[in-house]
This record gives sequence, structure tokens and C-alpha cells, in this order.
Amino acid sequence: MALEPVISVSGRAVFIPGADIDTDRIIPARFMKCVTFDGLGEFAFYDVRFDPTTGEKTDHPLNDPRFDDASILIAGVNFGCGSSREHAPQSLAKYGFKAVIAESFAEIFFGNSTTLAMPCVVATAEDIVALKDAVEADPTVEVAIDLESMRVRSSAGQDFPVIMPDSARDALISGRWDPIQELLDNEKSIEDRATQLGYV
Amino acid sequence: MGKSLYQKVWDAHTVGQLADGRTQLFIGTHLIHEVTSPQAFGMLRDLGLTVKYPQRTFATVDHIVPTEHQDRPNDPLAAEMMEALRKNCEDFGVTYFDLRSGKQGIVHVVGPEQGITQPGTTIACGDSHTATHGAFGAIAFGIGTTQVRDVLATQTMAMEPLKVRRIEVNGHLRPGVYAKDVTLHIIRLLGAKGGIGFAYEYAGEVFDRMSLEERMTVCNMAIEGGARCGYVNPDETTFEYLKGRPYCPTGADWDAAVERWKSFASDADAHYDDIVVIDAADIEPTVTWGISPDHGIAVSETIPDPAKAATPLERQSIVEALEYMKLPAGIPIKGVKIDVAFLGSCTNGRLSDFREVAKYIKGHKVAAGVKAIAVPGSQIVAVLCEKEGIDQVFRDAGFEWRAAGCSMCLAMNPDKLVGDQLCASSSNRNFKGRQGSPTGRTVLMSPVMVAAAAIQGSIADAREVFAIPQETVAVA
Ligand code: SF4
Repeated sequence: MALEPVISVSGRAVFIPGADIDTDRIIPARFMKCVTFDGLGEFAFYDVRFDPTTGEKTDHPLNDPRFDDASILIAGVNFGCGSSREHAPQSLAKYGFKAVIAESFAEIFFGNSTTLAMPCVVATAEDIVALKDAVEADPTVEVAIDLESMRVRSSAGQDFPVIMPDSARDALISGRWDPIQELLDNEKSIEDRATQLGYV
Repeated sequence: MGKSLYQKVWDAHTVGQLADGRTQLFIGTHLIHEVTSPQAFGMLRDLGLTVKYPQRTFATVDHIVPTEHQDRPNDPLAAEMMEALRKNCEDFGVTYFDLRSGKQGIVHVVGPEQGITQPGTTIACGDSHTATHGAFGAIAFGIGTTQVRDVLATQTMAMEPLKVRRIEVNGHLRPGVYAKDVTLHIIRLLGAKGGIGFAYEYAGEVFDRMSLEERMTVCNMAIEGGARCGYVNPDETTFEYLKGRPYCPTGADWDAAVERWKSFASDADAHYDDIVVIDAADIEPTVTWGISPDHGIAVSETIPDPAKAATPLERQSIVEALEYMKLPAGIPIKGVKIDVAFLGSCTNGRLSDFREVAKYIKGHKVAAGVKAIAVPGSQIVAVLCEKEGIDQVFRDAGFEWRAAGCSMCLAMNPDKLVGDQLCASSSNRNFKGRQGSPTGRTVLMSPVMVAAAAIQGSIADAREVFAIPQETVAVA
């Protein structure tokens, strides 16, 4: 399976405030009643985008038309914690996000995102604040994440290093972010291992 | 230097190294349910793949099942998901414990109950509370749907190794302090992100003495502490629990299995990346006050005051949590009114949980205005409770006695909070909106504490409500 390498991602960005944004917040459980992931994009952050009692739009950044074209999400610490639901990164990807920059990520969310070719990179709190200030001052600022040099640069002048585990970075830039083919290729070793374990 | 159980299981299940440096790990047992598997089967069909070892995958239905009447036709989306699971299991030859099997229930209750969960193996399930199975000395991971596809197609998945933190709890728990308090206390100490990158090995005298069901309660919430998995080394308690279960070996095979399982336990001189030691006597009945599982305090404490926060970040997090919880800073958590009491979930929905509560609620009544529901974790738990008359004890006390499912742990079935109701809950997550209402509030606690809150109509210290004697523990 030849996959598209993901070497850099660029676009406009939006900042979602708050620490420990969990997967229930990203996609409330009631929207997980589905047998495909299609259509999940419209429910991303639903319960914070719409007032639970009145149903009216809140002042959530994703309701701000200035950020309509954002394709890079900027967040705080422990983004994507909580459940293992792949519905969370799927809803972000279907919403139109191509990458996430945060102070830290929950592991399952991180792994799920990598497998969807949606890189998640970690930056320092100071760099995130600076980038947030820049895009909030001018939403047309272009942000570019370069996985080769592991830097984020913006048209407003930010230029800072980001980190990501080597394995995920390699998987993205070499177009191996979906491991299925490689896993399948090792059929013989899988069967040997199963026999050795007494598992077959 | 010796090896930990984690290391031994990892090594034994390693198929090879992938080009990106990750390990291809063989998965001994794969558990699936209706929410995270249909998309994975869809991907299999799209890629023209099949299930590699269908006998190693087991399915049940739990999240969307209505618990008032399991069979009553419910909303069309739920029906579609249930039908998709049935069809996928049939098409690919996977065992399915459906509603008519008498064995249906929450996937993390069913696996152990059937003896499918065994020591020294790897287990994966598209559900973050898969860590529960670690109570048996298995390495059990919650995975995403694409990984569910990988495991279906190859019985393997790509993974990075974890570090291992040993968490020892020594001494004696005080009366009225339960496994749930132990796990909430650990999360309070180490934080909701403290475990990122780690597998947690739970050990020490308290775990040695715990029943398998109590160990499951602790391992269940490893993920709430950020750890990818948690486990307890297998011992006689483990083997005793498993003996005679439907999917366990028998006769000479059983003896061989026990020998093999024992060999997976951590060596005395195992290497750990970190060790934390906790004194059991420091653990109090613990409740949460906020919107993250590490927002825990002893029931005797007061709700945190943002003014006393150590850092601006902490201050901001307290303010946000209290605003959502509609609770004032600085007041005792004891006495906060509740609207709903929920007893169930994969954390605390097992026979021993209902038995323990039944011991105390006889002769008590749920406070007026409180909706209290008791939801067995599986059809088997329900039947066992009913045999012992436990269901009647709950009914007499004013609880609704329901059928098996995830129920009010999350919002995918008809059991939901309404508006900003506050729920005393034996489940594992107190995230915003978790229990079905975007403004609903959850306070996590042990089952006996849930019962005390139900009876009092407010958060209460079960030791007082049920007059649990607090004699000092004799030191041997
Ligand atoms: S009981 Fe709750 S935590 Fe457990 S599997 Fe069901 S929804 Fe998940």
C-alpha cells in the first residue's frame, strides 16, 4: 500500500483553550452511535460549540468565522485524554484539521492520529502562547509544521522547535503511517510466534 | 537483573521490529464491542482482508444496551449498531455473547467471567478500560479502531514499549476504605497524566490480599492516571478465580497453564523505571470534586480553593472545574446534595460490589428525590445477585434494579443525567458531559459511598451512615 508521505503541513491555525481536553469533549459519546466515521466532522467539540440549554452557538473559537479556514489546531497540555475512541481524531480530521500542536498529548489519541496521517507535535508553553497570540491577532497567519527539521514557522515570524517520537515521525515522512501492509507482510513470523506461544 | 511481568509478556509476544522502529506485538486475545468495531470491519472489507484468527476474538454488546428492558426495541441507530456487530461476527466467525446468550455484559466484566482473560498474555480491545484485564497479570491495551482492524487482520499491532512504574501499597486499609479509594488515591497522588508512557505494576501487601474483583477495580482506572495499562502479578488468588471458568484449560492442561502463568510474574530483582510506595493507612474514602479523575479529595476534606492554588495553571483549572460543577470553593464536600446515584460500570459492577453494598443498605431507604439505579455488569452478575436475593435488598431500599450494560457510565443508551443533575457514581470518569447531559455533574466514589450518598441525599461518609466500626487494626 503506497501511502502519501507527510513531510510538512501548513495552513491557518486556531487555538482551543484549556488543559486536559478529553475525547468526550472532542466528540460527545452520543455522536458515536454510527457504523462509519463519515459525517463525524460536524460534531467536533459539539457540546462546547453549542449552548446545552439554548442550542445557541457559544463563543467557542470554532464558531468564530475568522477561524473558518483553520486546518491546524493549537492546544494545551494532555490533549486528547480519556477514552480510546478513534472517533475523536476522526472527527477532527473530518472537520478539516490536518495537524495538532500542543504542549502534550494523551498516548492513545496520539497514536490514533498518526495512523490517520494527522501529525501531533509538542511545543513549549511559551512557544504555544506566542503562536496563539499571533493567530488570534491575525487569523490569516500561515503556520507551517515541518517534520523534516521539526520546526514550526509562521508568517508572523514564529520559528520554534517541536518534538515528536522518532517512530511516529519516520512513519509519517516515509509514508508508512498506516502499518497494515507491513503487519500483513510478516505473516510467517506471526504464525511462528503464535505456534511458539501455543496460541493457534 | 530480573524482568518485570510487563517485560516478559512483551518479549514473548514480540513478532519483530517494524521499519519505523515500533514493535509488532502479537495479541493473544482480542475483545470487541458494538461501538468501535463496525468501522474496523468496514475497513477490512474495503481492503479485501479477513480475520486472521477468529477464535482469538470475542464480542459482546454493552455501551448502547438499554437497561430497563434489554429486549425492547430502542432507537434505530442503536439497533443498527447491534445488527452490524451480529452480522460481522457471523460473517467472520467470531464468538458473540449476545443479549440472548445469558453471558452478555460489559466487555471488561465478560472476559474475566468467561475465563477468556488469562495471565501472561496480551489483550487488546477498542476501549480504554481494557487495562481492567491486567488484574490477571495480562498486558491489556485499549486501542483505536484502526488498530482493531490491524488486530483483526493480523492478530498483531504496532506498538512502542512502555516504561514500568511499580506502585506498592503496603499496610492495611482502614474499614470502609475500598479498592476504588485506592485507585482514586493513586490518581490523586500521581495525577491524571502522571502515568503517560508507563505501564503500572500494582503490588504490595494490599494488592496481595485483594480479591480479583478488587484488583480489577484498580487496574480499570490505570488509564485515568494516564498509564496505558496496569497489572497485578498472577498468584494463587488469580488461579483460584480462573479455575473451572468456561474458557480455561482443564486437567493436565490446567496444571501446565498454571506453571506457565507463574513464570510470567515479575522477578524479585526486576528492573523498574520508577517505584512509588504508599501507606494504606493514608488512604481515606475518596471522592472527586471536579472534572478530571485526579480532582480527588478525602470525603472529610473541603473543596479546593483556587486562591490557595500553587500555580496560576492550577488556579485556572480549579476555577474551571468549580464553575462547571457549580460548587463553591472551600466548603466541605460532605453534605453536597445529589440527584442521582449510579451503581455499576466496568469499575464497580461486579458481584462483590453489589454484595458489599447489600450488606449495608438493609433497613435503609434512598432519600426522597434521589434517583438510584443499580446496574449489574453482566447477565451472569445479575443472575448471581438475584440468586442471593441481592436484587430484592436493592429494590427494598428504593434502588431500581436494572439489566446488564454500561448504563449511566456514558451517554450511549437511554440512561442519562438530565440538565445539571449531580450524580454519585461508581464509574470511572467525571469528564464534562460524560453521563449524558452536557451540563451533568459526576462525583466518583466507591459503591458503598454511592449507597451512603443515595440514602443521605447528599455526599456522605459511608463509615458514619452505616456505622462501620473504626477499631484500630491490630498489627501482627
Ligand atoms: S462501563 Fe463505562 S467505562 Fe466501562 S466499558 Fe462501559 S462505557 Fe466504558
